[in-house]
Amino acid sequence: MSKYKIKQLSIFINNEPGRLAQIAAALKECNINMKAFNIAESSGFGVFRAIVEEPDRAFAELSKKGIVVKETDVIAIPMIDRPGGLLEVAKTIGNANINIEYGYAYSNKGVAAFFFRVDDTDAAIERLLSSGTKVLTEKDI
Amino acid sequence: MNYWNEKIETMPLTEIKAIQLKHLKKLVSEMYGSSKFYHDRMRSANIKPDDIRTLDDISKLPYMKKTDLRDNYPDKLFVRPQSDILRYHVSSGTTGKPTVVGYTKNDIENWSESLARAFTSSGITNKDVMQISMGYGLFTGGLGKHYGAEKIGATVLPAGTGNTARQIEMMRDLPVTCIACTPSYMFHIADTCDRMNIDIRKDTKLRVGILGAEPWSENMRKKLQERTGIMAQNCYGTSELSGPMFTECTEQKGIHVWSDLCLMEILDKNGEQCADGERGEMVITMLQKEAFPLIRYRIGDISSLEWEKCACGRTHPRLQRLSGRTDDMLIVRGINVFPSQIEDVIGEMDFLTPFYHITVDAVNYMDSITIEVEITDRALTDDMVKLEKMKRELDRRLKDVLNIKADVKLALPGSMPRTEGKAKHVTDLRTYE
Repeated sequence: MSKYKIKQLSIFINNEPGRLAQIAAALKECNINMKAFNIAESSGFGVFRAIVEEPDRAFAELSKKGIVVKETDVIAIPMIDRPGGLLEVAKTIGNANINIEYGYAYSNKGVAAFFFRVDDTDAAIERLLSSGTKVLTEKDI
Repeated sequence: MNYWNEKIETMPLTEIKAIQLKHLKKLVSEMYGSSKFYHDRMRSANIKPDDIRTLDDISKLPYMKKTDLRDNYPDKLFVRPQSDILRYHVSSGTTGKPTVVGYTKNDIENWSESLARAFTSSGITNKDVMQISMGYGLFTGGLGKHYGAEKIGATVLPAGTGNTARQIEMMRDLPVTCIACTPSYMFHIADTCDRMNIDIRKDTKLRVGILGAEPWSENMRKKLQERTGIMAQNCYGTSELSGPMFTECTEQKGIHVWSDLCLMEILDKNGEQCADGERGEMVITMLQKEAFPLIRYRIGDISSLEWEKCACGRTHPRLQRLSGRTDDMLIVRGINVFPSQIEDVIGEMDFLTPFYHITVDAVNYMDSITIEVEITDRALTDDMVKLEKMKRELDRRLKDVLNIKADVKLALPGSMPRTEGKAKHVTDLRTYE
């Protein structure tokens, strides 16, 4: 089951001008390539969430630089890169009775994926698989 | 010039001092006999009631402090039985525990008398309508001024706090001539009047403001008077004294402290009496309070007293603008806030580290308080719902403890400065200019 969990880095940054550039510089210095990311804001600080290549190495190197980073598991489902692609995925997740906490997507030359975070990742993966849904592994992305 | 109690208010100083000595002797012997707390204090200082022969002998008496009030929560400093007590008021204390004050019938009477003299000295009479835009209830501001205004026969509009637009409509329609509120709220009223297209000078009959419960400056007075056309009077008092007690007269040269009720000392760092007009720590003895007497209470405010007879004819000394505190107490929107209260709440929350910072600021003279506090690495999550829940829990608890709403910001683990020694927890950006 654990191969279906995609490791996401959650990098916490203070809500001040220039902070994103600081994080981006750190990502560059550590030679970390990103596949997808999003930025959200909470009270007092923001969260930069990213799906990266070699997440464990990235986590270790960013932590070493004093950056506040956490690893979080998300789930990835492939989407078809055409109108209606999201609808199919959304229906699948809805039918499996899964509540999404947050999510974001990437698309690249006809291939697209939806990354999302749920409360109980294991249960959600199991439900998706048992309903015949294709769930991506780290190797697939 | 109108007086409420001309005989007392214009009494020669020597006679005032004779009254003070008479009351002080009586107070000290009563406390020695009926207050275990003060009896023990006097015993440890090796003082007996008979040692008080002149007014200067007051310096032999032990002090009372805010921590004594906390340590004797709720009513161990009261020297009258509950059956003699007509009312309680409660204000926030230093750490968690509030300060409870109690009043006998005479205490309420003297409090009202003090304000009746004060209001009259500000030119307020029974021809005035006074809107009391201060908290009623546990806070002393609302009810205290209410009784004072009723005593002189003024018509009282017990407006309380909040809903400024409605307050302004009532002020215009009744029409109100005097308002009692905090200086910052008076600025807020002026701002709101602008938005409502109401000209205080033309559309209302407002002419006097009794403004207190928070420190303010001569500069603020000048601005308020120019802007609104009212006479803006400074007011002083705290719940330990009874509540708001004293105001300026129309001369606006300091707050007359009625010395038959209150013996105010101004002391330097060595505990010696300051010269007239010299700034120092205010130490207060309430000469006629019955339920909860105060002897040499270190109230924490810093100011000076002018003893020269006032042009209004009153002989009682005039307290000048407050210029600071001897402790770390903050006054935010008229409410006492101690950093230790905030620290206690932070300590209760297992998702927070002990590192925090408080910033107090004023925009358009309205105070705001921001508390930045670090979340623990363990509790840090990218789940915004959980973060929001933690913040709400903190918000709610702070509101309960402080009685005002603070702006809470969660900070990342390790982001608050670590200092060696005593951390500087508070930045006060208010200038009162």
